[in-house]
Amino acid sequence: MTTALERPAPDQTATETPAPPADVREPRARGERRRRPGAVVLDASLYVTLLVAILVMSVPLIWMFLASFKDNSELVSLPLQWLPRSWDLDNFVQVAASIPIGRMFANSVGLTLVGAGLKVFLALCCAYAVVFISIPLRNAVFIVVLFALLIPGQITIIPNYTLIADLGWLNTYQGILVPGLASAFGTFLFRQHFLSLPISVLEAAELDGAGHWRRLWRFVVPMSMPTVAAVGLISLVNEWNDYLWPMLVTDNTDTMTLPVGLTLLQDVDGIQNWGVLMAATVAVTLPMLLFFLILQRRLVAGLTAGAVTG
Amino acid sequence: MSSLTISTPAPASSTAAQRRRARRRKGLRNAGYFLLLAGPNVALLLIFVYRPLLLSFYYSMLQWNVGSSVARFVGLENYQRWFTDPQTPQIMGTTAIFAVATVGGALVLGLALALLLNRKLFGRGIARTVAFAPYVLSGIAVGMLWLYIFDPRYGLLSTLLGWLGLASPQWYTTAPWALLMIIIVYLWKHVGYVALIYLAGLQAIPQDLRDAASLDGATAWRTFRSIVLPLLGPVTFFLLITTMLSSLQSFDLIKAMTDGGPLGSTTTLMYQIYLEGFQTGRAGYASASATILFIILLVITGVQLKYMERKVHYS
Repeated sequence: MTTALERPAPDQTATETPAPPADVREPRARGERRRRPGAVVLDASLYVTLLVAILVMSVPLIWMFLASFKDNSELVSLPLQWLPRSWDLDNFVQVAASIPIGRMFANSVGLTLVGAGLKVFLALCCAYAVVFISIPLRNAVFIVVLFALLIPGQITIIPNYTLIADLGWLNTYQGILVPGLASAFGTFLFRQHFLSLPISVLEAAELDGAGHWRRLWRFVVPMSMPTVAAVGLISLVNEWNDYLWPMLVTDNTDTMTLPVGLTLLQDVDGIQNWGVLMAATVAVTLPMLLFFLILQRRLVAGLTAGAVTG
Repeated sequence: MSSLTISTPAPASSTAAQRRRARRRKGLRNAGYFLLLAGPNVALLLIFVYRPLLLSFYYSMLQWNVGSSVARFVGLENYQRWFTDPQTPQIMGTTAIFAVATVGGALVLGLALALLLNRKLFGRGIARTVAFAPYVLSGIAVGMLWLYIFDPRYGLLSTLLGWLGLASPQWYTTAPWALLMIIIVYLWKHVGYVALIYLAGLQAIPQDLRDAASLDGATAWRTFRSIVLPLLGPVTFFLLITTMLSSLQSFDLIKAMTDGGPLGSTTTLMYQIYLEGFQTGRAGYASASATILFIILLVITGVQLKYMERKVHYS
């Protein structure tokens, strides 16, 4: 999947050098690049800015990682020391001793995979029906989906909490999972993509006797893999990081997810034990960080989809 | 797929009645498939999005506690209370400051970063990756991490301020600093996303337009102001709306860093809904707040739709 971002950047000379006065158009037209002292200074300051930007964005994460290995005396020593004295895993052991982090990790992984998987599945089915099955009212159904995009999550939390509580679903996986399954956004993106598919392929498949189910999985989905991947990856990120709803629905460490467990750790003692907290923070962020580094391009493609073309 | 059993059209010998019946059968089958494929998703939306929307209006007219079965109908009293509550101006002020600072900051810093990353500079690939990474991280974890950095005694920031000869403010416990702290972290987390969208927008600008401008002797600033910025208009508007919506709905950072304090100085409208609904136990009042937030968001989205409609034929 190529997006605008992956294209080689256009030549920037036009904005890079201070523009020449009107009478020196000639040399520029011949493509000559005039380096003036000002341009060198500008370049240097740009590099400094870039370096500062990289530091501001990355140092907090490096700091978190380093702190997760420091013991208490190192954490409160002034002046600050950058590197931990030893790279032992004491803080991680302490995290595991105060909360069942293994269980929470497994909960998070399971709920993330199942949640994102079901979300993509439901959205694919719904978008297929809206685009390719011609029945009356299908546009009304799509409008119902579209309108759901405008309804903020906040307004739903209290009524949904009451419903889940009435169902006896507090502290259950389905209680965390089910209310978030319907994906208006995924359905919307899939629909937009399906509308661009060559209809002749599907007509040929229909003539060959392929039913809707088969047409969806054998023809439509394979032709839409980049979009499926993008929606899937964004769903994975969102499910992993989701906090408010799992926090409301669970107070039991058996079903709790990792981000909720993290705040549990914060509440344990009045005095912040930064080493332990940072170790837990690493446990929450590292999987997503690695996931992001490996799948960066696809994620970016998914997140920028629809933003620039609108 | 070698078999060529053609189900439609019906054989030529069939009567009109037979054809009609066949068509109706196909229509029924289609309706069945439609229900099977679209049904679950739509049903979930109706149950978990539309039903709560309506219920929330109803709840906002109750005096009621989450988890309790006793509720008293009080009409519009909750709204009346909301509008006369001495806390309301503070909450709306905090919400407005937070929204303006995060949206304005994210747009300005994001555009600056995008312009920087759009140049052929060594290391811009790394910068792009590093800038975008925080966006995919858990808000709770990010809040926790920055709480450590902001620690007035042992935090990284107090040391950096010390180098500049400044004393670190008591970020956690003094009112304006706590809000500033959350705004800074919000920007750190979101600026990469804004930069990325802007970068995509910048690269969609045809180079010949800039070339023409520079041939005409336009300065870099003039090119930016007269060509780049107007062409980024639709992208800017998209970002304005989406970051505004996400800013008004942000929860994780506030929960992790201040829990709405000190003295309610970081309680936004969103956070009030949570506090009233699940801490204080005034679920009816919280629902009234939620309804007011919904109306605000609806107005913003309405403006967006109207504007977008005009912008659709832009390129």
